[in-house]
Amino acid sequence: MKFNVNEKGYYGDFGGAFIPEMLYPNVEELRLNYLQIMQEPSFQKEFHDLLRDYVGRPTPLFKANRLSEKYQTNIYLKREDLCHTGAHKVNNTIGQILMAKRLGKNKIVAETGAGQHGVATATVCALMGLECIVYMGAIDIERQAPNVARMRMLGATVVAAQSGSKTLKDATNEAMRHWINNPVDTHYIIGSVVGPHPYPDMVARFQSVISEEIKWQLKEKEGKENPDYVIACVGGGSNAAGAFYHFLDAPETKLIAAEAAGQGVASGHSAATTFLGKEGVLHGSRSLLMQTEDGQVVEPYSISAGLDYPGIGPMHAHLFKTGRAQFFAIEDDEALTSALELSQLEGIIPALESSHALAVLPHLKAKKDEIVVINLSGRGDKDLGTYMKRLNLI
Amino acid sequence: MNRIDKVFREAKGPVLNIYATAGFPNFDDTMTVIKALSEGGADIIEIGMPYSDPVADGETIQMANQVSLDHGMSVAKLFEQLKDLRKEVQTPVILMGYVNPVLQFGIEKFCQKCAEVGIDGLILPDLPMVEYLEEYKSIFDQYGLYNIFLITPQTSDERIRYIDEHSHGFIYMVSSASTTGAKTGISEEQEAYFQRIAGMNLKNPRLIGFGISDKESFLKASKHASGAIIGSAFVKLLSKSKDLKKDIVSFTQSIVG
Ligand SMILES: Cc1ncc(COP(=O)(O)O)c(C=O)c1O
Repeated sequence: MKFNVNEKGYYGDFGGAFIPEMLYPNVEELRLNYLQIMQEPSFQKEFHDLLRDYVGRPTPLFKANRLSEKYQTNIYLKREDLCHTGAHKVNNTIGQILMAKRLGKNKIVAETGAGQHGVATATVCALMGLECIVYMGAIDIERQAPNVARMRMLGATVVAAQSGSKTLKDATNEAMRHWINNPVDTHYIIGSVVGPHPYPDMVARFQSVISEEIKWQLKEKEGKENPDYVIACVGGGSNAAGAFYHFLDAPETKLIAAEAAGQGVASGHSAATTFLGKEGVLHGSRSLLMQTEDGQVVEPYSISAGLDYPGIGPMHAHLFKTGRAQFFAIEDDEALTSALELSQLEGIIPALESSHALAVLPHLKAKKDEIVVINLSGRGDKDLGTYMKRLNLI
Repeated sequence: MNRIDKVFREAKGPVLNIYATAGFPNFDDTMTVIKALSEGGADIIEIGMPYSDPVADGETIQMANQVSLDHGMSVAKLFEQLKDLRKEVQTPVILMGYVNPVLQFGIEKFCQKCAEVGIDGLILPDLPMVEYLEEYKSIFDQYGLYNIFLITPQTSDERIRYIDEHSHGFIYMVSSASTTGAKTGISEEQEAYFQRIAGMNLKNPRLIGFGISDKESFLKASKHASGAIIGSAFVKLLSKSKDLKKDIVSFTQSIVG
């Protein structure tokens, strides 16, 4: 079984490039060049130097002893929360801004939900001196005021997406429309392993540094490269793609994806795409998608803005369909409980997204001698408002 | 013969194609709009199937899509509204929409329904050429449906030739790098692009769309192509109209008259 993308841009039945002709020249230019550019030694050097000196990589692989004790197994946390800007998102934006420069683009457009990808994009644009426009749903702008302020402080223009449901899906539509209207000088930095081919593959490759590091770090600590489990949350799926990447062909490592069940899979307020979605096309690729019987995209819900997306990347749809990854639907309250637990057992306040991955632990039933790696995709600062309210911290 | 071919074969002047969103301004207006367009003298009628995420469309058509969806419009209901289409009008009708609702309806069933009610062609902007050729073409052909492809100022000559080779009916020339309704009027730069394409001697006729709003821009675009397409400007008229039939007939006549 092959889990990586094929020459046609597909992961099994999923992927492709379902884009209007207006986007074809840009996407085709990227498709023809991305692998070659990424393999150039000068690109590799610049990318890895920035990951080391600017992002702060490698991020630690931390043995969480008290958490391990509680769940009677061996739990390691991959500390993506310690990346500059507070989440794994910056691994991708560093890669893509270097790509954009090599393609001769001097303007960047991006979409953002919670604002983490927007902040990571605004950050690298400031670093490289490129103009940056970030589309964000009008509702999310209200919900995520601190990240809006961060983007503005970094010099980005934040534009409210007023169409549709005014959240991440609509911000993505608006970013695509912006790219259609500005095809020559602009590169679109997508924030997850979604979008038309080659985006899912390119973003997965940039994020794959996560599992590359896990391998050698685990070897140092445990004498073996492959853990028994890797757990990650899935919004679009970029941190999970990065954490799974170098284990895809290691069947002894079970891959576990945590989706946001919101108020419950059957509540009508959920973002658990593999449980509720059907095959369909959104934002340029064929994947699993939450939709009505008539094929209209359904508005998802999650307490965590970063998981509040009606689809998942085509790679994850393939991992789901083939059974290579197991998917759990984690409810808001479970994520909150796990956030509190990690804070008090390990002194680490996780992002709400990452808390969904942590909340798989009670369901996992890992054995005492097994090794579980959880990708801690981000830190909880941005979610303090929600934690204050929901955990009665005031 | 496909009604689209007949239009181009028999056209005496520039061909006028007008776009309207199905179920807009009101759910039951679809046939009223089609009949009035036909009576007013539109040569081709394009009916939009509304979608929640129309990425190639600007504000005006997004709004019409949303209103139509709020009315409960769907692919199935649209076919219901169109069931007596060919008893009433002989003007070619093209369905325009995004691929996901069509996929959910079922491709084969969709094409069968199109043939049943008398649809002549399809415009599915997010259905790429490679997918069309591999998965869809044989089904479209079987039901006599022309799939219309777009080209833009950024499309390479090589790709234009490739699109021309696989097109039937006409090629939809997007007038500038934009979503629908983003710009109005035609600049010199755009005219240069129109002339460049005209000089390529393609086998298919071309209609120019995006930014065409009135007689002046219609005639200007038609100088370099077989005709032009009006979309957002017409949808705006529909949103304001108090007497659909009268306003549509007089708008259409103001362009072709
Ligand atoms: C900390 C964190 N984790 C996870 C996600 C979800 O995205 P993805 O599934 O692409 O990793 C986000 C998105 O904003 C995030 O901020």
